[in-house]
Amino acid sequence: MKKIEAIVRHYKLEDVKNALTAKGIVGLTVSEVRGFGRQRGHKEQYRGAEYTVDFLPKVKLEVVVNDADVDGAVDIISQAARTGKVGDGKIFITPLEQVIRIRTGESGAEAI
Amino acid sequence: MTRRFYWTALLTVFLSGLPMVSAVAQEAETAVPASEISPADTAWMLTSSALVLMMTAPGLAMFYGGLVRKKNVLGVFMQCMFLMGLMSIVWALWGYSFAFSGTNPYFGDFDAVLLKGVLPTWDAATETSLVPAHGTIPKLLFVIYQGMFFIITPALICGAFAERMKFSTMCVFMVLWGTFVYCPVAHWVWSENGWLLAGDFAAIDFAGGTVVHITSGVSALVCALLIGKRLGFGQEPMPPHNLTYTTLGAALLWVGWFGFNAGSELMATPRAVNAFASTHLAASAGLLAWSVAEWVARGKPSVLGASSGAVAGLVCITPAAGAVDPLWGMVLGLAAGFVCYFACTTIKNKFGYDDSLDAFGVHGVGGTLGAILTGVFATKAASNGSFSGLIDGNAVQVRNQIVGVGASVLIAVIGSIVLLKILDAVMGLRVAQDDEVQGLDLSQHGEEGYIFY
Repeated sequence: MKKIEAIVRHYKLEDVKNALTAKGIVGLTVSEVRGFGRQRGHKEQYRGAEYTVDFLPKVKLEVVVNDADVDGAVDIISQAARTGKVGDGKIFITPLEQVIRIRTGESGAEAI
Repeated sequence: MTRRFYWTALLTVFLSGLPMVSAVAQEAETAVPASEISPADTAWMLTSSALVLMMTAPGLAMFYGGLVRKKNVLGVFMQCMFLMGLMSIVWALWGYSFAFSGTNPYFGDFDAVLLKGVLPTWDAATETSLVPAHGTIPKLLFVIYQGMFFIITPALICGAFAERMKFSTMCVFMVLWGTFVYCPVAHWVWSENGWLLAGDFAAIDFAGGTVVHITSGVSALVCALLIGKRLGFGQEPMPPHNLTYTTLGAALLWVGWFGFNAGSELMATPRAVNAFASTHLAASAGLLAWSVAEWVARGKPSVLGASSGAVAGLVCITPAAGAVDPLWGMVLGLAAGFVCYFACTTIKNKFGYDDSLDAFGVHGVGGTLGAILTGVFATKAASNGSFSGLIDGNAVQVRNQIVGVGASVLIAVIGSIVLLKILDAVMGLRVAQDDEVQGLDLSQHGEEGYIFY
């Protein structure tokens, strides 16, 4: 089992979700995050004060899949979230030790 | 120079003391049967009083509250709300008396403490209430209306020490400041015997350019300097946390200002209409001026700039509202938009003081500009014969306006320094460093502004 974490643009979230569910990958957790990579921040001015905003808002989505589905899921996310411009985001993949469904107590692949 | 001026002034007090006995006698005769009070004027002044109260909260509370960081939003709201309660009580107990009673041209006295001489009395002979009147309205209405000014003026100062002043010290400071700075200036400018109302130095201050904006704006600068900068000022970003509040607050201030300026006529007359119209056009011109200045200098017009410009225009027209015609009002607003923009950006950055929400840059600078320009553009036509300025051939009015500004600045600076030094020694002005980092909402009030579950 692997956990895929993808940082994507806000307006791409819906496309990514639709693409994943269309391929049968369901179950997503989404959170608002801020950060920076290669995309540069912007400047804001309030009366006389000027601030550089380095941390830009993005959406982080987390999805857990079986090892066999990882490559497919990564392709789907990459394609759906890509614009080709700096700031499209990143995908991180980590091994996952255990998954448990609270309602039934199922664990492992059955709980995904 | 100043000292000599004051001695002359003091001498005048003693010389003018004698004929006042008859004035007191006349005062007592101003009570009239309730039926002689003007219903129209009373209706307008009740409305105006409510409008001016609205300027402090939600108006100013939102305008200022949006500009601070979110950990201090309740700190600002509380300062505004609490002052509504605190200053109103002080006003009824002794503030009104200190500002408006007595025959001395410099200071009020205790004649009207606890609303003495303000409330109606029962006349058994005629079976009616005798209502003490101020012009055509009940004196009690005048007291309430002026009390609203006594609330917003100290609240304006809060912008200078936002995000760091100890709440308890602020409360004591405002009571003392209201008593020893606001009341004397209100007395000079608006009480029957004030030295700036009539006589050699008669200055025009229709709705409080000196009384409200210069005293608060200048005291704000003193506060910013004596209390010191916020922790991390200039090093860490301190952007406004919610400019939607600020914009709505500015809009509420704009509406409330009609009560402030047009209400200062104390009657529903053509001059009140003039004040309303010139107030509106000054706000509009100020909004455009600040926005254009930003557009040219920085490439984008900002919402904060538009809101600030409107307020700057409103501040500037305050002393002039019932004295200049609306087209000159437009000019005053335009001038305020540009000048206050410059004060809040270039000047503030150059000197590096932390007037956090620009109470001085808008109210001190805009108020001074307005007071002087009033002496230039006042006309008899606009003011029903009461005022005339430079363009009406009365050049000496400009001098009088400058004297009025100078006297207000002087008492505001001295009064604020003395009060702050005393309070610093007795109570301390700032919250502890940890409390400032944590934010005033939690450290001063034990609450948070935003809890979203």
